[in-house]
Amino acid sequence: MAKSKVNFDPRLARRKMIGGVFYFVFLCAVMVGILSLLVLLTRILMEGLPWLSLGFLTNYPSRHPEIAGIRSAMMGTIWVMALTALFTVPVGVGAAIYLEEYAPKNRLTQLIEINISNLAGVPSIVYGLLGWALFVQIMSMGRVVLAGALTLSLLVLPIVILASREAIRAVPNEYRLGAFALGADQWQVIKGAVLPSAIPGILTGTILALSRAIGEAAPVIAISALVYLTFVPADPFDQFTVMPIQIFNWVGRPQDDFQSLAAAGIIVLLAILLTMNALAVILRNRYQTRSED
Amino acid sequence: MNDDAPIFEVSSLSLYYDDFRALKDIDMEIRRYAITALIGPSGCGKSTLLRCFNRMNDLIPTARIEGRILFEGSDLYHPDVDATEIRSRIGMVFQRPNPFPKSIYDNVAFGLKINGYRGDIDEAIERSLRQAALWDEVKDRLKDSALELSGGQQQRLCIARALAVEPEVILMDEPASALDPIATLAIEELVRELSESYTIVIVTHNMQQAARVSHETAFLMAGEDRSGYLVEHGATSQIFTTPKSERTEAYITGRFS
Ligand SMILES: Nc1ncnc2c1ncn2[C@@H]1O[C@H](COP(=O)(O)OP(=O)(O)OP(=O)(O)O)[C@@H](O)[C@H]1O
Ligand SMILES: [Mg+2]
Repeated sequence: MAKSKVNFDPRLARRKMIGGVFYFVFLCAVMVGILSLLVLLTRILMEGLPWLSLGFLTNYPSRHPEIAGIRSAMMGTIWVMALTALFTVPVGVGAAIYLEEYAPKNRLTQLIEINISNLAGVPSIVYGLLGWALFVQIMSMGRVVLAGALTLSLLVLPIVILASREAIRAVPNEYRLGAFALGADQWQVIKGAVLPSAIPGILTGTILALSRAIGEAAPVIAISALVYLTFVPADPFDQFTVMPIQIFNWVGRPQDDFQSLAAAGIIVLLAILLTMNALAVILRNRYQTRSED
Repeated sequence: MNDDAPIFEVSSLSLYYDDFRALKDIDMEIRRYAITALIGPSGCGKSTLLRCFNRMNDLIPTARIEGRILFEGSDLYHPDVDATEIRSRIGMVFQRPNPFPKSIYDNVAFGLKINGYRGDIDEAIERSLRQAALWDEVKDRLKDSALELSGGQQQRLCIARALAVEPEVILMDEPASALDPIATLAIEELVRELSESYTIVIVTHNMQQAARVSHETAFLMAGEDRSGYLVEHGATSQIFTTPKSERTEAYITGRFS
């Protein structure tokens, strides 16, 4: 055996034991998360899958669970999200570009930055009430798609700004200097050297922000609140409902069949969410492979 | 314009970053169609001085200059002078190759497009790549990403990109310091060729490089207060054989760094 060190007491067995305990604790922590998610998913799948059919997607809600569907809520969600994206992308990216590329770094911009971060953490119901007061009441739009989209835009905007700033800040400064040195002005630098590298990151962040908004019921409850809607909005000034509200309503009903309908609705919502997240991942991967070249 | 007249005339130029004076009272002239090497220990202000010539320091909010630089006889920092226009006339190549993450073609096309090039873009790109001794290596892969090129190729692409805009002066900040000896020689040879039609100011840490490449050498040092000042400026052969200042001699013989 090698000469033992006099000045050390390695206590290998004890260290191994402690290491093992922590490994086990952390594994359990992960398991709690994964298992509860699995239980939740299997329950929803078992309950909802039998009710999932083409009819469920194309029928309007009804008092009779057999023929009830999610069509108006799904179309409402698509309408609201499309408009929200339309509003938040230009405004959010524009604000991010201003803050990162134009704004002088002083107290005022610092204050604005901090407040945008704070806005991203405001509970969504607050935005719902603001939207209700501002768009439905003061601007008397009524409970229409446009009011819902504007409300969700307020909710999503800070997140889009933060994500876009992150993406813009990740663009190496060398690209900017390289463009400036060729005689580009500020906008040409942004358009030619900053945005091409930042756009994938901006898209990813925006999609993730939108997918957060898609599942939000709270802010829209104050605006929509209509559940038995038997038409699809034809323009932004139509009344509407969205999927989380429809699901929430079904969950609140005593009959078992409506519980199952809610589960089916959740499956559809999850499918949309997963698709959006997958899109975000694909965009990010493509971006990474490109910049590693 | 008279070919013997200096292209830049720097007089009592000081540059401050906030309160810190990085350059102190620089007086020098840059000769037209010559290669001027700026040498000196790290932190003495070589890059700072170089950035004064194409107003890149304007992009550093804390930077402020005193004194004057004449370019082609007129004040470079006059309020009526547009820094963007100046930078299309005075190109710059950076220490680390920084091609845009676009195709080789688009890298060279960028400067042409933003400056409203009226001629044939394809021709201009070929001409610039040939001038930068890169054409043969990339002519079959112009649409490939510039980031796929080797470091030395990337640096020559950056030179081609600068040449495409048809500048009068090219500023180079240690353009070969990130490259291996062979790529370095290729850049040096290129710089020599370019000096026939361009004025070149090149910062280098490498004494042999300065001696090999340049016609004139300016030696800068930082004083007690860390401000950079010009110690000596003259023909490269004179600076390297019979320097007037002992500090210059000590530096070029490697007795301090
Ligand atoms: N943006 C900046 N803000 C504040 N100080 C700066 C800035 N850039 C450079 N300095 C300071 O100015 C001095 C000169 O810097 P500069 O980069 O010009 O030196 P250099 O001679 O190019 O050095 P090197 O050989 O290491 O590149 C240094 O003391 C540096 O710390
Ligand atoms: Mg430097």
